[in-house]
Amino acid sequence: MEVSSATSAGEWDDTKNRQNNEQTRQRTDETTNTMTLSSHHLPIDASVDRQATRTSSKAAQPYWNPYLAGIGLGLVLLAAFVIMGRGLGASGAFSSLVATGVSAVAPDHARSNSYFSEYIGDGTQHPLKDWLVFEVLGVFAGGFISGALAHRVRKGVEKGPNISVAGRMGFAFAGGVIMGIGAKLARGCTSGQALTGGALLGVGSWAFMLAVFAGAYATAYFVRRQWQ
Amino acid sequence: MNAPFFKFGYFNDDISLVVAFVIGIGFGFFLERAGFGGARKLAAQFYLNDLTVFKVMFTAIVTAMVGVFYLSVLGVVDLTLVYVSPTYLVPQTVGGFVLGIGFVIGGYCPGTSCVAVSTGKLDGMVYLLGILAGIFIFGEAFDLVEEFYWSTDLGTLTIPQLLNLPYGLVVFAVVLMALGGFMAAEWAEKKFGPRGIWRSKP
Repeated sequence: MEVSSATSAGEWDDTKNRQNNEQTRQRTDETTNTMTLSSHHLPIDASVDRQATRTSSKAAQPYWNPYLAGIGLGLVLLAAFVIMGRGLGASGAFSSLVATGVSAVAPDHARSNSYFSEYIGDGTQHPLKDWLVFEVLGVFAGGFISGALAHRVRKGVEKGPNISVAGRMGFAFAGGVIMGIGAKLARGCTSGQALTGGALLGVGSWAFMLAVFAGAYATAYFVRRQWQ
Repeated sequence: MNAPFFKFGYFNDDISLVVAFVIGIGFGFFLERAGFGGARKLAAQFYLNDLTVFKVMFTAIVTAMVGVFYLSVLGVVDLTLVYVSPTYLVPQTVGGFVLGIGFVIGGYCPGTSCVAVSTGKLDGMVYLLGILAGIFIFGEAFDLVEEFYWSTDLGTLTIPQLLNLPYGLVVFAVVLMALGGFMAAEWAEKKFGPRGIWRSKP
């Protein structure tokens, strides 16, 4: 959604303006979804949405119906089972990356560390020549392809109106650190454990999945300012 | 035709990396289609305003679970050759709880943060750096948690094995549970949301 700078009031700095556009765009998405999927939520600010849609010929398209996107995702996972005999993953690729980095800076230290040494291997193969690393590179590409086709690729920060950009970035970094530790302790993340292990009926994966929702719901109230 | 193809040696390791990239493209594509390139869509799940995360995740699980089960019944896929992550019950549960906290604080999970980065979300980029830092901390502190990490080792254990029930029956039960969950999700969305930033305030 390209709103020209002339239409924005002077008091908005660039960042705020971008977020404002971002929020308007998001609201358009949500509103469109709401209208097509459940007619009982009438958008209050429909005029804003209409105006926003009019100002751009390349408005971001609404997201897919969740069940349709879920079937697509499930078929990709099924393809991984049938072709490779394994499921999807994400956090494992980041472990390979971190281990590679540690190994480059301090090779002896990395070799003597029982966690990183597992990802570095015996030196016969580069640690980044790994199935999950290539899969995650594909995730970046696939996300970009989908976003570009739907005009959803835009520089911006995802946050609610009541938190500063710096505050949101602090939460994002802290959340990432906690996620990284949790994923390593659990031997996988939402992709490797919840999706893959869930579909294969693994006991640990189902326990993991329930714990993820429990942890997130238990914490949600305390960080609501970030979004609401 | 014998599947999993890779396990029957239909192609080598180098080709498997090409397969990985293509499968990754599909993974990233559908994550973005679902709206998972944005933290607010993901976080909404935990305020009951928008249960897209639950719906997409369980639709995907059911699709792949039913698919691989029927393909094994038809003799196309040898299910014993599909890798199931072994169960270490307590560390996995604790890790999942910690991960859930990180999910709602940061707004992404590792896979979705990649999609966020490739669609231009700066918070996704910072989140990804956080993940790398977290993994680094975990790796450096591994000696301290190693004993816990290997505790409650139950080996490769599936729910049908645990309950001593036929695989197909558990598949059927999970499908029923998911359908019940979807109905509950639709009801919850009608009751609770969208509101807040997910809708202009009334």
